[in-house]
Amino acid sequence: MKRIVIALLSTISGLVLLFSYPTSTNKSVTADTAPAAGTGTGTTTGAAATGAAAAPTAAAPAAAAAVSGTFTGATVQTRWGPVQVQIVVAGGKVTSADAIQYPTGNGNDQRINSYAIPKLNAEAVAANSAKIDMISGATVTSGGYLQSLQDAIDQAFPA
Amino acid sequence: MTADVQSDVQSDVQPGVLSGMLSGVLSDIGPASTDGQRGDPARRAWVEQLMGMPVSIHVRGPRAHDADVARTVATAFASLRAVDAMFSTYRDGSEISRLQRHELTLAECSPEIREVHTLCRSALERSAGYFDAWGWRGAGVFDPTGLVKGWAIGRAGLLLEALDDGDFAIDAGGDVLVRCADPDAAPWRIGIEDPRDRTQVLATVELHDGAVATSGTAARGTHIVDPFTKTPVESILSATVIGPSIVWADVWATTAVARGVGAVEWTESLHGTSGMLVLADGTVHRWALPD
Repeated sequence: MKRIVIALLSTISGLVLLFSYPTSTNKSVTADTAPAAGTGTGTTTGAAATGAAAAPTAAAPAAAAAVSGTFTGATVQTRWGPVQVQIVVAGGKVTSADAIQYPTGNGNDQRINSYAIPKLNAEAVAANSAKIDMISGATVTSGGYLQSLQDAIDQAFPA
Repeated sequence: MTADVQSDVQSDVQPGVLSGMLSGVLSDIGPASTDGQRGDPARRAWVEQLMGMPVSIHVRGPRAHDADVARTVATAFASLRAVDAMFSTYRDGSEISRLQRHELTLAECSPEIREVHTLCRSALERSAGYFDAWGWRGAGVFDPTGLVKGWAIGRAGLLLEALDDGDFAIDAGGDVLVRCADPDAAPWRIGIEDPRDRTQVLATVELHDGAVATSGTAARGTHIVDPFTKTPVESILSATVIGPSIVWADVWATTAVARGVGAVEWTESLHGTSGMLVLADGTVHRWALPD
């Protein structure tokens, strides 16, 4: 149980990292405020996020059951403004993740949004359960196409 | 050239496994394909095998099933076939093969070949030598295959812009270009495959207008070589670059893989792009930089 919660906190930390990341530097980002609980490691290279805490807004069920509920991360001040992330968990799995508060203040954000950072599945809704329009990957050849993800998508829209 | 153009994919994926994994993807998009019962815009897909790879063109919008849309898509495929005829190094009679055999000088070549030659020169410079169209066939032979794909997709995209009220997406062998006619429309959502398990999508990115290019060593038989050490790169499994230009997204993705672990720092210079590197140790590095 405790491990699951730590995993969820890590997810929230990862998300805070994600949203605090669009900068001209790839160095690790540490939040300016350090709330009480929660430590996580971001998935980004070399970056360890500290200080992203989660305050569950739904009571976690008793020990043996898988965690369900909505968890809202503490608001974290980043260089670009406040970031707050909310995740919904069902049966121990993250089913949705949203930034409920994020920086919108300057022109850079607008541009960043137009070429958004890829969202990792661990942080957001699992891509496999989401609508995917096209696939980018290492060069697919004609020989490999019939077993490719793109083929499966193409077949959903017959010409 | 350091590009991943010689891949000879034989996927390990069993069809049953794939369809199981895709059920989640398709349950969402399947029913909406033709009748728009979810209120989604109509959408239609065309696929042709060109340049040794699958090329998919999707058109979305109220007129996706109109005949003139099909005609516009046909012109886009025709332009890709023309590029293939001109640039295929597998055809002895192609202009690029004749240039390589010195039967033609560059000045005698068509404007398309000269344009690609200029782009390759530019890519060599801007990549500090890591994207080298003269360095992978040996003895200074000019082989632009690694750049031609992106360039061809971009040209096809220009033709598809004639669909003034239709959104389109082109996917050629894993490199994607999308446009939305209406900036308020839902973006295209691009799945980036997991280089360690190509049946899985590792990340997604939403895009109204722009390109997503991925290079990597995931396709078996693919070799991206560090042009300076002449050894295959193994430290980066895949590099994905998102940006306004399909040509440059593709060049940067290939360059990133060729650079090996040094690519992590190098991505700090890719202003106006976002992207993702998957390192051999499983680390995922991402960036998003303003212009």
